[in-house]
Amino acid sequence: MTDATSQRTEPFVRMDMLPEQEPPATQRGVVKWARENLFSSTANSVLTVAAIVTVYYILVSSMPWLLNGVWNSASIRECREILEGATGGCFAVLTERWNQLLFGFKYPPDQYWRPTLAFVLLFVAAAPVMFFKYLPSKMLIFTGLYPFIAFWLIWGGSILTPLLVLVGFVLAAQAFTRLEHKGFAIAALAAIAAAAVMFWLASTIGSGGGSGGFLSLEPVQSRDMGGFMLNMILGTVCVSLSIPFGIALALGRQSDMPIIKWICVVFIEFIRGVPLITLLFVANVVLAYFLPPGTTFDLIVRVIIMITAFSSAYIAEVIRGGLAALPKGQYEAADSLGLDYAQAMRLIILPQALKISIPGIVNVAVGLFKDTTLVSVISMFDLVGMIRGPILASTEWNGVYWELFGAAAILFFVVCYGISQYSQWLERELATDHR
Amino acid sequence: MKKSVIFGALTVAGMAAAASVASAGTLDDVKARGKLNCGVTTGLVGFAAPDANGNWDGFDVGVCRAVAAAVLGDPAAVEFVPTTGKTRFTALASGEIDMLARNTTWTFSRDVDLKFEFVGVNYYDGQGFMVPKDLGVSSAKDLDGATVCIQTGTTTELNLADFFRSNGISYEPVPIETNAEAQQQYLAGACDVYTTDASGLAATRAAFEDPAGHVLLPEIVSKEPLGPLVRHGDNEWGDVVRWTLNALITAEELGVTSANVGELAASAGDNPEVNRLLGTEGNLGEMLGLDADWAVKALAGGNYGEIFEKNIGENTPVGLARGLNAQWTEGGLLYSPPFR
Repeated sequence: MTDATSQRTEPFVRMDMLPEQEPPATQRGVVKWARENLFSSTANSVLTVAAIVTVYYILVSSMPWLLNGVWNSASIRECREILEGATGGCFAVLTERWNQLLFGFKYPPDQYWRPTLAFVLLFVAAAPVMFFKYLPSKMLIFTGLYPFIAFWLIWGGSILTPLLVLVGFVLAAQAFTRLEHKGFAIAALAAIAAAAVMFWLASTIGSGGGSGGFLSLEPVQSRDMGGFMLNMILGTVCVSLSIPFGIALALGRQSDMPIIKWICVVFIEFIRGVPLITLLFVANVVLAYFLPPGTTFDLIVRVIIMITAFSSAYIAEVIRGGLAALPKGQYEAADSLGLDYAQAMRLIILPQALKISIPGIVNVAVGLFKDTTLVSVISMFDLVGMIRGPILASTEWNGVYWELFGAAAILFFVVCYGISQYSQWLERELATDHR
Repeated sequence: MKKSVIFGALTVAGMAAAASVASAGTLDDVKARGKLNCGVTTGLVGFAAPDANGNWDGFDVGVCRAVAAAVLGDPAAVEFVPTTGKTRFTALASGEIDMLARNTTWTFSRDVDLKFEFVGVNYYDGQGFMVPKDLGVSSAKDLDGATVCIQTGTTTELNLADFFRSNGISYEPVPIETNAEAQQQYLAGACDVYTTDASGLAATRAAFEDPAGHVLLPEIVSKEPLGPLVRHGDNEWGDVVRWTLNALITAEELGVTSANVGELAASAGDNPEVNRLLGTEGNLGEMLGLDADWAVKALAGGNYGEIFEKNIGENTPVGLARGLNAQWTEGGLLYSPPFR
């Protein structure tokens, strides 16, 4: 660039940067990635080729079935006529029976918006608990109200029933805080008395004005619930009830007070020693002998009690693992700060123990959600019960297996995968150590 | 202390329940309630299943509706309580349901030991064989050396062994767990023969892509009389259910159908038994504690033959022939005692 003479006398010095060159073809882009990840050795190359062939065959055999599927017909025979021997799924069963799969076959069709609305509100109610760092804590008020709103929406009847129960809870809480200084037992008794009065009022009004009354929705019986809605009801209620019960059982099992300790130990060991299906049979069959024929102790409530008992025993053991993992120094530190038992647990022990227990709790929750399909053996029509019973037994759809069970698998997968993704996010969110 | 009080209260309540079940008449309970609680299956092709609108339909359902119509005058006044094979008997014994119409085989131990009352037979079933047409077999006695798909742990397994032994031929069992699995195995050619109840075979075949490519062999190797049942010890109610079923059967024998029942019931006709059945003569309804035209109402949904043809007959996908379930006058076993 400068004059020509100096170039000849001075040693070669490059004065400017060469433009950056791309790496060689084998070291960049898809090729590099494939060489590193797929064909790094002979064994890996063989495995890659085998995997590609397998995936190819799976796609070749399943895609025609999926893409060529029939979505509109009245029966499996009509499906076969439309297909004329070609491969294809008979997805028409899903279009025709979709509402039955979601809501069961007895929920009044003009009321489907109610469980749907309750489902949407579930996310609003769960959000402040799930994303507590990002949402205002005032939203928790709605979370507290949600069980009553959801009950009213799904079961219908007068709004007074859930309203009075809510007032009962509020009164109980008031009574407890007012009288707490006079001693725990008196406060608790007052709370129970206040709640009982309101519950009694609620039950008399609920039974009296079931059909009419103030802000009344068309009532729906428990035995008319079904489909995926039933799985969601059982799953949501039982998981959210069994976590507090599980914590209480885990703490009770570690307690120094022998009676409490032994009640918890016996409960946990008994429940864990009995299969869930046995408990469900007890709920459905055996209790019917003890209750007089007139009284109907709601079947869904019976099943919720049994599943909650079952899962809280498991969650208690998971949380006990978390408690045992904490170093003794944490307990001693809480004591040395002068905290009482409740404060120590609430502020120091449980936050750490629960964080360790998250994967285990989620594992139980996912398992529990899938276990709700077991209610189909006591002739409740949850998603699987709907498929195995009414739909496969109809003359139109007898013989459609893959399409129905595939749809059920997808519905369950979406929910369970969502739960597990949330729990992984939560673990990262709560990570305070420096690993 | 508190626990024992609760258990004590439960026990007392349970005993009170048992006592009230025994004392109060089911017929009065049903009338007071205005609804019949009828136990059915959770779903069996042709026999009981809800349709896309949630209305129950089927052969067993027809019996429930007939009883409801006879007692309450309304075939829709039925609360169908779906039961599984495991919950059906407790549901009946505990009083949750008034009657059970759930393809239940009438056996000695169920009648005597479980304290139930079978009021009759609405379907004569039996174990049969299904083979592909290509096999070229026309009788089960030609099945020497065949592989047989058989559900494990059932009476069908024992019946099969008995049949082959008594005919001096051999077979190879392919154990399977459920009917759905059996369909797949049989269609995949894992076995030459599939054996279970004949009505089940027909329903299974109806779901095949090519039903005409499979035949049901004529041999029936066991007796499975299916019928409705009620609790032991309430004979008035048992009579109501028994004679409603008999009315359906007799109506077919006498040619009374849902189409002409209104006309025949309008005034007394020439046939005295038809008159007694339809209440234009005599007081049979009064003896049962029902209206005089109870059978007319029960027949609004069709007589036995009509219910059969509508749900499981030869023009339906299930396609069962009448066979043993024809009237005794036509070579079948249906034989109702006379209405007099």
